Amino acid sequence: MSDKSTIPFGPQHPVLPEPIHLKLVVEDEKVVEAYPAFGFVHRGLETLAQKKDFNQMVYVVERVCGICSCMHGQDYCEAIEELMGVQVPVRAEYLRTIWAELHRIHSHLLWLGLFADAFGFENLFMQTWKIREKIMDILEATSGNRVIISVNIVGGVRKDINSEQAKWILKELDDVEEQLKDINDVVMNNYTVKERTVGIGVLTKEEAYELGATGPMAKGSGVDLDLRTTGYAAYKYLDFEPIVEKDGDSYARNLVRMREIFQSIDLIRQALSKMPEGDINVPVKGNPPAGEVISRLEQSRGEVVYYIKSNGTKFLDRLRIRTPTFANIPALLKILPGSQLQDVPVLILTIDPCISCTER
Amino acid sequence: MLDMLKSVFSNLSRKPVTRMYPYEERKPFDINRGHLENNIDECIFCGMCQRVCPSNCIKVDRKTSVWEYNPFECVLCGVCVEKCPKKCLKLDVHYRSCTDKKYNIHLEKHDDSEKAGA
Ligand code: SF4
Ligand code: SF4
Repeated sequence: MSDKSTIPFGPQHPVLPEPIHLKLVVEDEKVVEAYPAFGFVHRGLETLAQKKDFNQMVYVVERVCGICSCMHGQDYCEAIEELMGVQVPVRAEYLRTIWAELHRIHSHLLWLGLFADAFGFENLFMQTWKIREKIMDILEATSGNRVIISVNIVGGVRKDINSEQAKWILKELDDVEEQLKDINDVVMNNYTVKERTVGIGVLTKEEAYELGATGPMAKGSGVDLDLRTTGYAAYKYLDFEPIVEKDGDSYARNLVRMREIFQSIDLIRQALSKMPEGDINVPVKGNPPAGEVISRLEQSRGEVVYYIKSNGTKFLDRLRIRTPTFANIPALLKILPGSQLQDVPVLILTIDPCISCTER
Repeated sequence: MLDMLKSVFSNLSRKPVTRMYPYEERKPFDINRGHLENNIDECIFCGMCQRVCPSNCIKVDRKTSVWEYNPFECVLCGVCVEKCPKKCLKLDVHYRSCTDKKYNIHLEKHDDSEKAGA
């Protein structure tokens, strides 16, 4: 008789509000195989591209994901702009960068809270979400909405940040940084956190590369891959180095995300100080010409790819979105076998899963 | 183990960061997108808002001078406000209060009345 048994993880699971189903084959407490199942929250957003015109689609793609929504809009707009040969004003590039980095901070803080929650560190969860609220306030005060900020349009952005707001943002960021430093010590040196993360779920550099991991998953394994270095939006004017850690375990991925929060704060400071005056958008006339375009950018979870095929009318022929969580699933399936059952929620959270993104 | 001690002490002496909603409400930001309003006296029923709306929640009938809007489908993006040639649409900073019945906002030019109905 085989001593293997199968345990379902999800689609409803206390650690993860989103529906992902994993069939875990366990031997005693050790996971030996893992099989994923998706499709619980498929919404058919890609097909909507054939029903809504290309300007309306900006607001649809923003709803692919609630956490990096602004970057979905940005990537989509950059794709259409490339297709139409539109050059957005420099100030709009800076503003896009600022909002994208704010989203990165709040995404990583959200993740850190959920992650702490996954191994029962409720206090850390509350502290991080308290800090995150300041970022949400900045987003709300600058765009008019907390989460789906709807600032990107084809041709630039819709809202501006004036100098008074910029000063207030810098002050709030100082405060956030100060509070984060306390949290940082907890996340990086706490016995409980280390016990649950160091040496667990190791993904080597070669594996990360071969399995096509992206974002902090790849960077935590030493793969130096950050699309911001390609210089889209205003990143070409800013000074930064991709953050890479060598170890490839859960702890290294934590470290990457923690350090990225500080890096994002620095990038926002740089962007606010270098941002030139000027227009925030340019008028866009006509429809996108027939053709295909691929646009990529670095979200908080990794690389997102937009493929757009246009037929010259205001409706697109095809829109295809490859989200970072989708790319990280093979890496997750690689690190699950061999782990203990109690580590499975923690490992799933170290890829920072966004299932709604994945299923679109 | 003692890493959290600093925040423990600072939290002891600080007032709560949460609010006792609904008794205590935060003042909305000036540009908050709360709910959509139409000053129907100014509206010329051009249908621009209907054409640009990404969620197709506005129906404009030029013949009968009716502007109909479904607040439950509106995503409060504010595009209609930007594109309205008469600037009669406005996003108010306060949210609509919750309800147990869905309704459409039905505005007509001649009697200026706001009726709630299906
Ligand atoms: S765009 Fe403005 S003027 Fe035109 S129908 Fe809509 S509300 Fe009326
Ligand atoms: S705010 Fe946006 S979704 Fe709502 S009616 Fe206006 S265009 Fe439509």
